[in-house]
Amino acid sequence: MSTDDSGATEAGADGGDGPVETVEHVSGTGVPIRGNDIDTDQIIPARFMKVVTFDGLGQFAFFDQRFDDDDELKDHPMNEERFQEASVMAVNANFGCGSSREHAPQALQRWGIDALVGESFAEIFAGNCLALGIPTVTADSEAIADLQKFVEDHPDAMIDVDVAAETVRYGDREIDVTVDDAQRTALVDGEWDTTALMRSNAGVVDETARALPYVDD
Amino acid sequence: MSERTLYDKVWDRHAVAELPTGQTQLFVGLHLIHEVTSPQAFGMLRERDLEVAYPDRTHATVDHIVPTADQSRPYGDDAAEEMMSELEENVREAGIDFSDPTTGDQGIVHVVGPEQGLTQPGMTVVCGDSHTATHGAFGALAFGIGTSQIRDVLATGSIAMEKQQVRKIEITGELGAGVEAKDVILAVIRKLGTDGGVGYVYEYAGDAIESLGMEGRMSVCNMSIEGGARAGYVNPDETTYEWLRETDAFRGDPERFERLKPYWESIRSDADAEYDDVVTIDGGALEPMVTWGTTPGQGIGISEPIPAPEDLPESERDTARRAQEHMRVEPGEKMDGYEIDVAFLGSCTNARLADLRRAARIVTGREVHSDVRAMVVPGSQRVQATAEEEGLKDVFTEAGFEWRNAGCSMCLGMNEDQLEGDEACASSSNRNFVGRQGSKDGRTVLMNPRMVAAAALKGTVTDVREIEEREVPTA
Repeated sequence: MSTDDSGATEAGADGGDGPVETVEHVSGTGVPIRGNDIDTDQIIPARFMKVVTFDGLGQFAFFDQRFDDDDELKDHPMNEERFQEASVMAVNANFGCGSSREHAPQALQRWGIDALVGESFAEIFAGNCLALGIPTVTADSEAIADLQKFVEDHPDAMIDVDVAAETVRYGDREIDVTVDDAQRTALVDGEWDTTALMRSNAGVVDETARALPYVDD
Repeated sequence: MSERTLYDKVWDRHAVAELPTGQTQLFVGLHLIHEVTSPQAFGMLRERDLEVAYPDRTHATVDHIVPTADQSRPYGDDAAEEMMSELEENVREAGIDFSDPTTGDQGIVHVVGPEQGLTQPGMTVVCGDSHTATHGAFGALAFGIGTSQIRDVLATGSIAMEKQQVRKIEITGELGAGVEAKDVILAVIRKLGTDGGVGYVYEYAGDAIESLGMEGRMSVCNMSIEGGARAGYVNPDETTYEWLRETDAFRGDPERFERLKPYWESIRSDADAEYDDVVTIDGGALEPMVTWGTTPGQGIGISEPIPAPEDLPESERDTARRAQEHMRVEPGEKMDGYEIDVAFLGSCTNARLADLRRAARIVTGREVHSDVRAMVVPGSQRVQATAEEEGLKDVFTEAGFEWRNAGCSMCLGMNEDQLEGDEACASSSNRNFVGRQGSKDGRTVLMNPRMVAAAALKGTVTDVREIEEREVPTA
């Protein structure tokens, strides 16, 4: 199994460390994860959340789909040798629904995923991905099915997710994808770490609070 | 875009600034924290040498990992003990109020906030838990958030969000016998889909919603997230105010109540408010709902047949086939008669006093089926204490239910309460995902609390309307 917990990106992150990193595009090989409504309990089962840090979660990503009761490998794309270096996950509809646990994208990122291309994503999941600098871009079901098949047939081929241009390129194909406006701006301009951004408005936060009837002085 | 809805008004009152991303920075009126999703956020805060900006607007409890049997410290589970100790240290350092188990106020975060009066109309409420939507029952804007956002809220007292659309969901008519809030929301999710709410906040309205008590409204709002909506809310009214009047926040301070009431009235959606979408459901036509599959959208009325995957929209067929294989059900069958091994009455959806009282009316003087392991896990220590005073505990334990201490318990199985092997569970909780209740082969059937009680007695999923309700003897 892959236990790459370095969180290193193959490509895409334009250098720099910490809050000002920009993510204009992500390039890497793909891994297809098929199925609608894949919930965060599947992405990281609750029992692996008995931790006080996110370190080491990568090895537990999709654990119950990947291992049987005796910890033997089951048939799953993330167990296949050819997908071990993948950094772009191709998924279907409503991916990441259910629990708000950030442990889910943390586990995927620590396994090696730097971008997700899918039909649709649950909102809290997409927000959690953004906070980690992971783009979640969408396309229609036909385009996704095609991408998943391509990845299956060409596990070594590079998939280029261009966040700024809203395209995904693979093989001789280029498809238009949708990136949420705020997500695109945040990633491309390197403003996805909102703590610093919002701290600069501390005075206005105080004023807003004081103007609310329920906030006591 | 919506206009003059509660969502618009509360959003505007809390808007701090527009961020370069186009998102709005919103002030957070109440930040609830628990042991699972906050430790990493406190860690990030330390790394950046930041302090908690608004400790007074933050409240902590412990719910996911807390044992519901032996709660003596240190906990038997080392990981649980570590998480608890971490939370204790974090809240002590930051000076945050903590409803810990020694206070008598501990419980599931979405039960504790409302019962203490921390949750109020016209507030923004966030918590690192998707069921934060629950607090919308009070006319608050309440959002589940991730850990990096918890860091944001701790550090800045605010959150970056994009404004969403508002869909009004009107439930008309009068709910029939045996039909509850839980059935309403399962029907909503069935109709609109598990991703139907993406991009929306749901405003629940109509006679059937207005006639619900606060507990029922909380059950409806609680599962907004299962419908893909980021939040759900009900406009505050007299029912809301009556609840608030009896909480810690206002019981001894009627002046404060009177001072805030005009604000609560002012944030109600206007009669001519504009919505992005309106959906109407005939509440009078609903019957008790049960799920046959592995998402909360796979629900049917108790007398309806399980659908054939090929009769569903194409995008749902594959999920339905796999769900039916997992649950071992066949199209055309009914869920009525489906054998269960476990009955779980608990969770942030349905473990409040009103839920336990209704279930007790089914259980009184009857016995749990000999093949069923049945448990009641009250939503909070206060619910537990009141239920014990009222004699509900005796009703349940005499029938053969286990009576446990407050916590999330078998809803997600982070403590010792878990399904084993392929056990089937009649559950009042909110999720029937594969593996959700602690065993990846476990089978969860969602239903309302009285239906759970009925299933516990019969040993099979059953129509609670066939069981006569009884007065609960007073303790």
